[in-house]
Amino acid sequence: MKPSFDILIVGIGGQGTVLASNVLGEACIIENRTVRSAETHGMAQRGGSVESHIRIDGKFGSLIAPGTADLLIAFDLLEALRYRHYLPAGGRLIVNRNLVVPTSVYQQNLDVPDEESILSALADLDVACIDAAGLAEEAGSILSQNIVMLGAASGFIPLRPDTLEEAVRRCVPRKTVEVNAAAFRLGREAGARGAGTP
Amino acid sequence: MAVRYLLGNEGIAHACLEANIDFASGYPGTPSSEVIDILRVQEERPFTVEWSTNEKVAFENALAAAWCGLRALCTMKHVGLNVAADPLMTSAYTGVTGGFVVLCADDPFAHSSQNEQDTRRYAHFAKIPCLDPSSVQEAHDMLRDSFALSEEFGLPVIFRPTTRICHSKSDVELGAVGTEHRTAVFQRDPKQYVVIPAHTRVLHKKLNEKQQPLQRRLVELGYNRHTVRGTTAVVTSGVAAAYVQEVLPDNVSLAIVGAYPIDEEWLKSFVDRHEKVLVVEELAPVVEEAIRQVATTTEVLGKTTGTVPWEGELNPATVSAVLDKAGIAPTVTFPAPAPVQGVPPRPPILCAGCMHRPTFYAMRKVFRDGIFPSDIGCYTLGLQLGAVDTTICMGASITVGSGIARSGEEHPVVCTIGDSTFLHTGMPGLLNAVYNGAEMVVVILDNRTTAMTGHQPNPNTGMTATGVESTPISLDAICRSCGVSWVETVDPYDLPVLLDTFRKAKERKGVRVIIAKQPCVITARKSGIKRKVYAIDLERCTGCGVCRSFGCPAIAFAGKNATITELCAGCGVCADICPSGAIGMEGRQ
Repeated sequence: MKPSFDILIVGIGGQGTVLASNVLGEACIIENRTVRSAETHGMAQRGGSVESHIRIDGKFGSLIAPGTADLLIAFDLLEALRYRHYLPAGGRLIVNRNLVVPTSVYQQNLDVPDEESILSALADLDVACIDAAGLAEEAGSILSQNIVMLGAASGFIPLRPDTLEEAVRRCVPRKTVEVNAAAFRLGREAGARGAGTP
Repeated sequence: MAVRYLLGNEGIAHACLEANIDFASGYPGTPSSEVIDILRVQEERPFTVEWSTNEKVAFENALAAAWCGLRALCTMKHVGLNVAADPLMTSAYTGVTGGFVVLCADDPFAHSSQNEQDTRRYAHFAKIPCLDPSSVQEAHDMLRDSFALSEEFGLPVIFRPTTRICHSKSDVELGAVGTEHRTAVFQRDPKQYVVIPAHTRVLHKKLNEKQQPLQRRLVELGYNRHTVRGTTAVVTSGVAAAYVQEVLPDNVSLAIVGAYPIDEEWLKSFVDRHEKVLVVEELAPVVEEAIRQVATTTEVLGKTTGTVPWEGELNPATVSAVLDKAGIAPTVTFPAPAPVQGVPPRPPILCAGCMHRPTFYAMRKVFRDGIFPSDIGCYTLGLQLGAVDTTICMGASITVGSGIARSGEEHPVVCTIGDSTFLHTGMPGLLNAVYNGAEMVVVILDNRTTAMTGHQPNPNTGMTATGVESTPISLDAICRSCGVSWVETVDPYDLPVLLDTFRKAKERKGVRVIIAKQPCVITARKSGIKRKVYAIDLERCTGCGVCRSFGCPAIAFAGKNATITELCAGCGVCADICPSGAIGMEGRQ
């Protein structure tokens, strides 16, 4: 049996991957579980591609090996494609229906796949595609997309939903607690419906 | 006791509080920066904390505090220790009375560094102990205890976490914050603190006499430990120990080296009990070399046999493969799936509205055939704009520039350096360039902060590490006192004036300095500065692509036409660049 439940959260610097992983870590503390995680810092944060590894019940190192993640949460479609090899065949992906074109594409005249072709390239996985921007606005702030995504993934994470919501409350800035709690619940409902599954 | 979910650097910072720290100094460098960043804002324990202008300065300040009997910490990254190497070597001779811990973070895989050097080599070179944690919890515990170790042997202690310790998180068990405070007292003792040759010869002998007791003590303290379980063994160190334990079968012996120098008797007795030993460590083969010195009949596998990679960082999958290669069946084998090909890269990039972008743009426009040495900071990302030709280390842009100029190269030399980097080690280079008559333009990218590592204040910010207001230095006055007669300060958002200033610089001789001054766009936003965003008039946009080459992440293209996204910070430079006048402030077309 695999000793830990391994989650990879990927996105673009500034989208809140670290905050999302903090919520998962805090939830592990609440439930008295061990946890290991690794996050991207420094140069890579300037709008670059970032990743956060979280190993619930982890006891050894913080890195997840490619091909062995239990869950991939992607805040951007292109980043889902970039990191999909961390999942085994048929693995579970929760992805934000959002595509930020890297500036490198315009500068170097590169090809960029569109939403449709990305989704078809991911079709062999167990995918739930979430309109996080819409749900975040509904919750009260477009900035809460990361928490929407966490809510959407929460049904597949071996932590209690009320623990996760409590961890959200503990981790976000005080002024935004209610907005983020709402974002978490809206995401959770969308995840349970399998909203937008292609 | 409390269990919290903490970053390695947070656990380390808390351990300092538990160990009754009195003094902390450092220069920011990923992955070490958060330690001082946390210490400077914590409210649990009062003590002296500073961001110093460079690592040598930080080291010597903290060393002096330890000479006064205080518990002092000094932080930097591996390459920063090169800057502080001069005092490091001699501090081992003088020793310390208070506890002195030099936190020097290594960066395997060079995630945000210019090389992959191994700080354990410096510890060996200086003959001082080096503690090498294998997990976040151990990093916390080791650092807490390292002050006492330093005092016990009267030696500086190097504490060397790596990126995957500093920037990993885990549940960490913390102790109580210490309440003991020491008073600094300097005891005059020229025989210890004045390293004239007559004293040094004595001090060197004393340093050598400390080595063997130190090695034995590190075993006693449990930093170097082993379990014998078979005729084959794996010896490992640092974070690699975590990866090894994840995949190691039960019938293979394990030794973890968490501290240097390694006691040879201890190491030999372990190695001799095995037919084969595999050494798994990141960066340099430090443990492997120690083992090769003591092994007689045992087969030793490691980097030198090609079993373990020499470069980059390890992970569970590579360690599993290494075990397999050494004939030790790992308990877990990992697939090696290939990433999808052809996904466009998303490298880090200068922010939308970053003041460096127009400066680079103007520099290249005026000096089309220029050579552009640059330095360490956010602006190294100007590489993507074709504005960075060389980068070696902090402060080297001006010196490399003057070297190129004085070697007879005829293309104009225009170098770039940030404000913090200029104050770090740029100043002596400028003085040297002027004194020796270099022909060059020096551009100081003055964004008032040390942005790349997380916006630490520097003497140009007007604020100390603890948030106390301080008089910001004048870069203009420093340059003039270095002998530069032509110094111009410009607002890089004002493109016509910026271009004009570069043109004026081109017409002159000698060392010319342009200070491009505008706050970092991130600190500006945090301090409440709001600028109106810009938009594109689609009827005027011809799709010429001039704005495309500007490389601003707020400019996107929908088909032929440009659009401006919500990332726009309102710097307005693109409006000056657009040849069709299609870009304007939103709502003011």
